[in-house]
Amino acid sequence: MNRAETHPLTARLNLTDPPDLKRYEAAGGYQGLRKALKEMAPADVQQTVKNANLRGRGGAGFPTGVKWSFVPMTAPDGTPYRGHKYILCNADEMEPGTFKDRLLMEGDPHQMVEAMLVSGYAIGATRGYIFLRGEYVLSAQRLNRAIDEAKATGYLGENILGSGWGMTLAVHTGAGRYICGEETALINSLEGKRANPRTKPPFPQAAGLWGKPTVVNNVETLCCVPHIVVNGADWFKSLSQGKSTDGGTKLYGVSGRARRSGCWELPIGTTAREIIEEHAGGMADGLKLKCWLPGGASTDFLLPKHLDLAMDFDTIGQHGSRMGTGLITVVDDKASLLGMLYNLELFFTRESCGWCTPCRDGLPWTARILKALEQGRGQPGDIEILEQMTRDLGPGRTFCAHAPGAMEPLQSALKYFRDEFERGIALPPRRQAA
Amino acid sequence: MAKIYVDGRPYEVHDGDNLLHACLSKKLDLPYFCWHPAMGSVGACRQCAVKQFKDENDTHGKIVMSCMTPAADGTRISIDDPEARAFRAGVIEWLMINHPHDCPVCEEGGHCHLQDMTVMTGHARRRYRFTKRTHLNQELGPFIAHEMNRCIACYRCVRFYRDYADGQDLGVFGAHDNVYFGRECDGVLENEFSGNLTEVCPTGVFTDKTHSRRYTRKWDMQFAPSICAHCSLGCNVSPGERYGEIRRVENRYNSHVNHYFLCDRGRFGYGFVNRGDRPRRARLRLERELAEVDTEHALAHLGGLLRGARRVLGIGSPRASVESNFALRTLVGADNFFDGHAPPETELVKLAREILSTTTAELATLRGLETADAALVLGEDLTQTAPRAALALRQAAKGVGGKLAAALKVPEWQAESVKDLRQQSLYPVFLTAIDATRLDDVARHHLRAAPEQQAAFAMAVAQAIDPAAPPPPALDADTRGVAAEAAAALLAAERPLIVAGTSLGSAALLNATANLTTALSARGRKPLLFLALPEANSLGLSLFSAPPLTDALQLAADGQADVLLVLENDLYRRASPALVDAALTKTRLVVIDHQLTATAKRAEVLLPAATVFEGDGIFVNNESRAQRHYQVFQPDFYRSEVQIAEAWRWLDRICHAWRGDCCGWEFLDQVTAACAKALPQFARITEAAPSARFRIKGLKLARAPARYSGRTAMRANLSVHEPRAPQDPDSPLAFSMEGYAAPDEPGPLVPFAWAPGWDSPQAWNKFQDEVGGKLRGGDPGLRLIDARPQSGYRAVDCAAPAADGLRVVALHHIFGDEELSALAAPVSARTPAPYLALATADARRLGLAAGDIVDLAVDGTRLRLTLKLSPQLAPGCIGVPLALLGLPVLQTVVAGDIRKVAAA
Repeated sequence: MNRAETHPLTARLNLTDPPDLKRYEAAGGYQGLRKALKEMAPADVQQTVKNANLRGRGGAGFPTGVKWSFVPMTAPDGTPYRGHKYILCNADEMEPGTFKDRLLMEGDPHQMVEAMLVSGYAIGATRGYIFLRGEYVLSAQRLNRAIDEAKATGYLGENILGSGWGMTLAVHTGAGRYICGEETALINSLEGKRANPRTKPPFPQAAGLWGKPTVVNNVETLCCVPHIVVNGADWFKSLSQGKSTDGGTKLYGVSGRARRSGCWELPIGTTAREIIEEHAGGMADGLKLKCWLPGGASTDFLLPKHLDLAMDFDTIGQHGSRMGTGLITVVDDKASLLGMLYNLELFFTRESCGWCTPCRDGLPWTARILKALEQGRGQPGDIEILEQMTRDLGPGRTFCAHAPGAMEPLQSALKYFRDEFERGIALPPRRQAA
Repeated sequence: MAKIYVDGRPYEVHDGDNLLHACLSKKLDLPYFCWHPAMGSVGACRQCAVKQFKDENDTHGKIVMSCMTPAADGTRISIDDPEARAFRAGVIEWLMINHPHDCPVCEEGGHCHLQDMTVMTGHARRRYRFTKRTHLNQELGPFIAHEMNRCIACYRCVRFYRDYADGQDLGVFGAHDNVYFGRECDGVLENEFSGNLTEVCPTGVFTDKTHSRRYTRKWDMQFAPSICAHCSLGCNVSPGERYGEIRRVENRYNSHVNHYFLCDRGRFGYGFVNRGDRPRRARLRLERELAEVDTEHALAHLGGLLRGARRVLGIGSPRASVESNFALRTLVGADNFFDGHAPPETELVKLAREILSTTTAELATLRGLETADAALVLGEDLTQTAPRAALALRQAAKGVGGKLAAALKVPEWQAESVKDLRQQSLYPVFLTAIDATRLDDVARHHLRAAPEQQAAFAMAVAQAIDPAAPPPPALDADTRGVAAEAAAALLAAERPLIVAGTSLGSAALLNATANLTTALSARGRKPLLFLALPEANSLGLSLFSAPPLTDALQLAADGQADVLLVLENDLYRRASPALVDAALTKTRLVVIDHQLTATAKRAEVLLPAATVFEGDGIFVNNESRAQRHYQVFQPDFYRSEVQIAEAWRWLDRICHAWRGDCCGWEFLDQVTAACAKALPQFARITEAAPSARFRIKGLKLARAPARYSGRTAMRANLSVHEPRAPQDPDSPLAFSMEGYAAPDEPGPLVPFAWAPGWDSPQAWNKFQDEVGGKLRGGDPGLRLIDARPQSGYRAVDCAAPAADGLRVVALHHIFGDEELSALAAPVSARTPAPYLALATADARRLGLAAGDIVDLAVDGTRLRLTLKLSPQLAPGCIGVPLALLGLPVLQTVVAGDIRKVAAA
């Protein structure tokens, strides 16, 4: 098998000189689009993606084909759907420790364009937007160049490849809010509103951008789609080499004080040990692994004993955490865990949209207690307050998943390293200001 | 209906209501902040959390937000569940993290939803020990004070201001625990409904600045059920008094009229009651000066004056009660009683009354406007002439969101979802107006034209609906196109609404309006009709069918009368100064009024009348709803020299002084009953409110809250002997905190919103049979007009007044137009300077530029005004804010030349 078949996402990747349209096509690019438009109905594309068991790479792992299947393809009276539908790419990559989508957009921008087109075709979208993290300036330049080339060639616009179907595509750069990665906040932001999450239902597939049917998918998820269309669902499922029931490859990465931090395309279900020890070269000299976040700041800590778990959605989920984005953060035995937690909670505090009370007012309190504990100025009762936060900022109690995500590293740290919290409590208690 | 179980007890509730709504409707206490009965659910504050169980075997359950969860048959929840209670206590604790706890110096204290909910939830001990975030406050103009540190970020202010009232200049800035609710910079809040922020805000961020100047705690104020006197809509208000001054006006719930909201004119216009220059004692002209005298002296003089008169003419008033007008009519005789409007308005209100009495349409209530799914507003700039109706019409236009939501099975109370689904779409609203209006943003089309052309447009719409309707005069193709579109939209609607009024002084427009509803009915539709009228009791006065006051002035000028008896009216606002002067030079003038108007200043005898808040009486609003207002306080309680009395009481005394026997009216009920007996059109007014004999459990009803304090001390500077509490012979209300006070009081008798544990206006939930529904004791008011439909079309005279040049049309302003509220300092601070407006092209033709000082001769008055260019003003019109200038609405005055006096 050639590299394109084993590493579909990164085979063409070139971060210094990404393929232009010509080189992209020469390497098999836009074959997915051609095949979909010429040989497949939108429903066929949806079914193929469903069969491939592609699960959302943004962190939630929701089956992509299922997500698409909620998009109305006909009007209520059974006639073909009229009006706009939208395909949105969530490229607001801001999860601390996560840097996979940037590689795909900087290193192979046409793959992103083609992914938007094939996915847009599958749901009958008329317009596509790539909601891009504002700091990804290079991604924006390269994506816009690719979009211009695609437009000039007729891959974008009306009646693409004579199919009768057309779609426009534009890059929208965000203004720097983590919450825009929440799909309904992203939609609000795209509409020019405050980036507050929306009530669900209605789900975006029924009423999203401008109240129209909308699908929001992560960069990596979308980038899998053209390859699935070209090579088929069975090929995609086989990519995991039996390591997972999920299909495909996954961009895994490591940050923190490992020997080589980086990002690698590997079969989904590769173990954390292989990722950390083989690909990242293990911990830096003199350091031992204390614990690790499997996929971003909003996942629960795992311990060295969990290293042999397969990194897929279900396995990690069964062991008290989430795979999230799959980009691991390693914590060494010399680092201050409370300091790290304070840093994380400060991030979540700052990135709260301010809509619901637990998140808006619970997170800053949490961060301040963590700071006090780190500085040895904690007071009796602080740990109980933190525990209360992990309950009351949990799923269902807040408006969206932001605060529950923020509680994941905290609750697991309390579970595994409670003694470190206890050491932060100063005795006797006295009134302190932060 | 659905049967739900709350803590094991079954309740019948509406299927699909949210659980918070359902629980509150069942009078269960459940704390909340971001939810509002008129604005729905958004799930932001998380305060209303309850535990929901899958079925009777589920003991674990899960926490849900009651405001975001629909009630379905078999729904099982627990409010009392320990986990739910703990979570709610946690929410309050978070909300209080940054709250300054400045209740002792906070004006919201004792009237504060945050206090109530904190007590209800049980948060008492503070655990947060770090610093609080602080904010700078903004200067928001004469109405609203701003104290952002108190904010708990419930988002209600922006949801009201932006989403409900469509205001632009209040927003939320920042993020996370640093969200700021205010303007982009200091400045006057532009929206005409900004005062509702003071009630919508659950704490003291937005408070009533006019109240702040003379602050009193809610529990220390005395209230009475009252009716707003500042336009014809009859919004229900709850004025509060302390030490003989009105301190604040708040909304009083009436499910048919204003429900939860007032306009700023109604809320902040009360200052006329407190003015120092009001006549508070009888005055008699001695030598050349009006001097204060004893009542007996004034009445004795008056008796002599009247006994010597051959003919006494009485001029009534649209701002006086039905009873006072009736008393005057009785005193002078029906033949000598005249309508108190400016003459064209007399005719227009009469015409409006005829149309209301014969229409095939349903008479829309103010709240009913919100249910329309297509509307045509003819000529009326509602935001300026009947402001609360403009707010209602906005809700109608946005009602399309509910329909879109229903198609996706999203409940209408999911406010943010409905907003997202609706985006920019609106039900069709068509407007005709002289100039740009503040409702243009919800209009699909707006036509700028002179009144007769607007009438012609309305005729074109009517004919497009029913070809049998009278044909319109020739119209250009564009206007015909819009007319066809409007007709199609009205025909397609389930509840098409036609709104018009008297503010343009055009009978043609009213007749064309009537034809429109007739045409819709002819096509089998059920239209709604809503007519805005000039003043608070315009319709009540019109029901007397008296001739216009110019007839009286003419009789007087012709020497056919000796005495003019003027009731709560300033003649100079009603007729040309020349005519008034001519009449007054030939007659002796007696005025009963509560303000020192230009007319009052010319009186020989001036008797101090009670304002709407100092007396009892009935106003009939624009939809013919007779509503009773009650005395809030006795004007002479603190100052025995004060002689203020209701006009009908003065008239009874005058009767006695004049004829030796009085009309025999000791109590208001006697006047009301006499009126009902004498005039069949008023036959039912006695049913508008309970009689003075009404008692609950043998008790009168308390005007003051149970915690009213200082009663034994508040007159101590006058005398240490506490007098007997004033007695109120006119109503079942007591001037006291002693008496019956409970949420089942009859609707017309609810003085203020309070229930145990609910000190803020949120307490209205307890007074309603269900949230947002009718008052438990019945909604105040009773409709006097029961339309007897006539299906024929009316003739419409669309001919423009013969005019070579330009014609004067009245432009209206919410602040300054209305005589009484304009006397309140905060309102006059918002009143624009008088001006003269011309369409840009007309100005260019006349060689005039913006800022030029011009002279204009109008109806015998010469006006000197600054020219304003108004790009959207109908061509051929001179827009003049007549009411701001104290001038009557003119019928067909055609201006002479405009003369430039000074260039800009």
